[in-house]
Amino acid sequence: MPPPDPRLQLLHITKRYPSVVANSDVSLTVMPGEIHAILGENGAGKSTLMKIIYGAVKADDGEMMWDGRQVAVANPAQARKLGIGMVFQHFSLFETLSVVENIALVLDEPFDLPALAARVKEVSERYGLPLDPYRSVHSLSVGERQRVEIVRCLLQDPKLLILDEPTSVLTPQAVQKLFETLRRLASEGVSILYISHKLHEIKSLCDSATIMRGGKVTGTAIPRDETPASLARMMIGRELPVCEAPLYTGENRPILEVDRLSLVSDDPFGTTLENISLTVNAGEILGIAGISGNGQAELLAALSGECTGERESIWLAGEAIGHLDAGQRRAKGLVFVPEERLGRGAVPALSLSRNALLTAHRQGMKQWGLVSYRKAKEFAEQCIARFDVRCGGPEAAARSLSGGNLQKFIVGREIMLAPKLMIVAQPTWGVDVGAAAFLRQTLLDLSRTGVAILVISEELEELFEISDRIAVLAAGKLSAAQSKAATNAESVGLQMSGLFNETAQPTESGHAPA
Amino acid sequence: MIDSLIPVLAGAIAAATPLIFAGLGELVAERTGVINLGVEGMMLTGAIAGFALAAETGYGAAAGLPAGALAGAATAMIFAFFALSLAANQAACGLALTIFGIGLSAFIGQHYVSYSLPGLQPIAIPLLADIPVIGPVLFKQDAVVYLSFITFAVVAWTLAKTRLGLLLKAVGESPDAAHAIGYPVLGIRYGAVAFGGAMAGIAGAYLSTVYTPLWVQNMSAGRGWIAVALVVFATWKPTRLLLGAYLFGAVTILQFHAQGLGIDVPVQFLAALPYAATIVVLVVISRDRKLLQLNLPASLGKPFLP
Repeated sequence: MPPPDPRLQLLHITKRYPSVVANSDVSLTVMPGEIHAILGENGAGKSTLMKIIYGAVKADDGEMMWDGRQVAVANPAQARKLGIGMVFQHFSLFETLSVVENIALVLDEPFDLPALAARVKEVSERYGLPLDPYRSVHSLSVGERQRVEIVRCLLQDPKLLILDEPTSVLTPQAVQKLFETLRRLASEGVSILYISHKLHEIKSLCDSATIMRGGKVTGTAIPRDETPASLARMMIGRELPVCEAPLYTGENRPILEVDRLSLVSDDPFGTTLENISLTVNAGEILGIAGISGNGQAELLAALSGECTGERESIWLAGEAIGHLDAGQRRAKGLVFVPEERLGRGAVPALSLSRNALLTAHRQGMKQWGLVSYRKAKEFAEQCIARFDVRCGGPEAAARSLSGGNLQKFIVGREIMLAPKLMIVAQPTWGVDVGAAAFLRQTLLDLSRTGVAILVISEELEELFEISDRIAVLAAGKLSAAQSKAATNAESVGLQMSGLFNETAQPTESGHAPA
Repeated sequence: MIDSLIPVLAGAIAAATPLIFAGLGELVAERTGVINLGVEGMMLTGAIAGFALAAETGYGAAAGLPAGALAGAATAMIFAFFALSLAANQAACGLALTIFGIGLSAFIGQHYVSYSLPGLQPIAIPLLADIPVIGPVLFKQDAVVYLSFITFAVVAWTLAKTRLGLLLKAVGESPDAAHAIGYPVLGIRYGAVAFGGAMAGIAGAYLSTVYTPLWVQNMSAGRGWIAVALVVFATWKPTRLLLGAYLFGAVTILQFHAQGLGIDVPVQFLAALPYAATIVVLVVISRDRKLLQLNLPASLGKPFLP
């Protein structure tokens, strides 16, 4: 018997954008029932390639073969008809609609919600992805939303399932469950394209891997036979950088103290904070783990001063600051690096030197009562040199920088203000591996000079790399912080999900700007 | 006592009819995330087109209403081209459309000043019209009022029960997600805006050919704006919009009666009363911010470029 036709074959796919070649001569083959990894950093061209397969983007050159026949996929509807299902990284769900309504919108069949709800329930249970068809999506946790996306694909009887960074928002336990489901699907003959930059996941799940860098295929591998280090070399072209955490020898006094902070969110999709208490000492990094939408945004707003509250709920170096606004808190030595770099951390259209002015004006950037742009420029130049920001100089617009370089600039700008306390949200979100390692090391070094640092992140690995103590924020409640040595990823993951099961929590504001 | 109220209530239903058409049209457009502030302008182009055709052909409202719908939809397409295809600011485009509609209708209407039309006779629906109070109020009306009942039922049912309704809501909430799963977002928005324009055009044509069947410049008198406000304060729900429209109608008729009774209040104040009362009542019932936010189409007013 001849070997079966490959389920999907891409031949010499090229896609050019005005400023960049996203895919250059990319070829890959996926067999029926194979779990195939696409491994690469942010910006390696993985997402563009998937969009080409799914018909959301049109390739400039190259061919696509489906079950041995050449096809041209003009739009996502046609891709679905072929049997291609896609689980998006940023979910394509509608928050105010129910689960079954969301699913009905992608199926080409008569509109009968009760019948569909029954099928949703049946399929979701068969694959161990329990879902209540009539729940509103905005009330689901991120993991549950992903189930909706997956069940939505399964109802279309896919032959190829594409998952784009599916685990970036899942707890370690949820990742294990997802892998079981995927292996089961593969055993039923479904091919899976699994996009990720997480090496250990690919090693444990995938049969084969195509590695991409800078829009090109740099290698193929059988992940089981490789080590994370050898995969990393193919992915970033060199060794995976590691951070060093030196011992802190200075004075050990509390800098940030939060005492029974509660905050009712006035966003209908928000999370209410309940009795949050924490302490961050000089010279240490406190990591707060948890999946976004569990009160992260609210806690950050309360700490940074965007939301003010009771005077006696937050102390900075022994002084009650709960009633002060963001500017007043900054004047007292608190700095804040928000999650959204463009729009909140920096003004996209303004130059770096103007952006420096936004928070560094407290450094006396004025002359005769007027703003001194010369001093702002000098400040920006220093920041660029000291933190290795690759850019077109202090007059480059913030939006022209890559995510990693802009983040280095923002973090550097705040460090140069000589803070007592630094609050950072998702420090390396969407940042390439090199810049991420640099940023982590920068934070570690800063803390060892006696600055207290609070890091809120979804990346558990990152928190374990840089934090001294770790607490978990779930459903608006904060667990007691434990020293890193006394805990591990599994137990933190359990806390993240354990609280989920206790009370189903609304997640992630649907109406916040993305 | 009840008997003297019947003409007031029946009048209220008729006075509310243009608001129901224009409001439902705007509601559908806003559900898909497009806010068209040109309702007043589309009503006026619909009014003059309807009046002109009714007067020229001699068929009255039977010719006027379709003409109004077409003119309203055509005017809406001007808005759609700028606000959707070119992704211009929706508020600015809508305001410009209103100014355009006022000017255009006045220009064409010069020939028709002091012209008048026969209007429509009420049709009593057998059996239903004999129900005490409700019968003469609801079922002894002209054909267009019945059409407004049907339009309301069809729109409310479509939005609540059909795939199309779900799709409209989905596009209004997240055009990006709708695009990602393969729906033509701009096409759907074009359709909704055209429907909004047609409805506003019918509303205008009803005013000029049935409600006060003569041409007066700027005869919609701000009803387009009330329709826009109704949609927001009704939190994008057709039933609330219907009630708001009838409230406006009732106060309109009551103030006419008050004027007739010679109450010693300036006429201007009485004339403003329906507008003020409607806004106040709607603000009070919609002051629940969460309700407003939960129903607000999340992409309202934001341009989408695929």
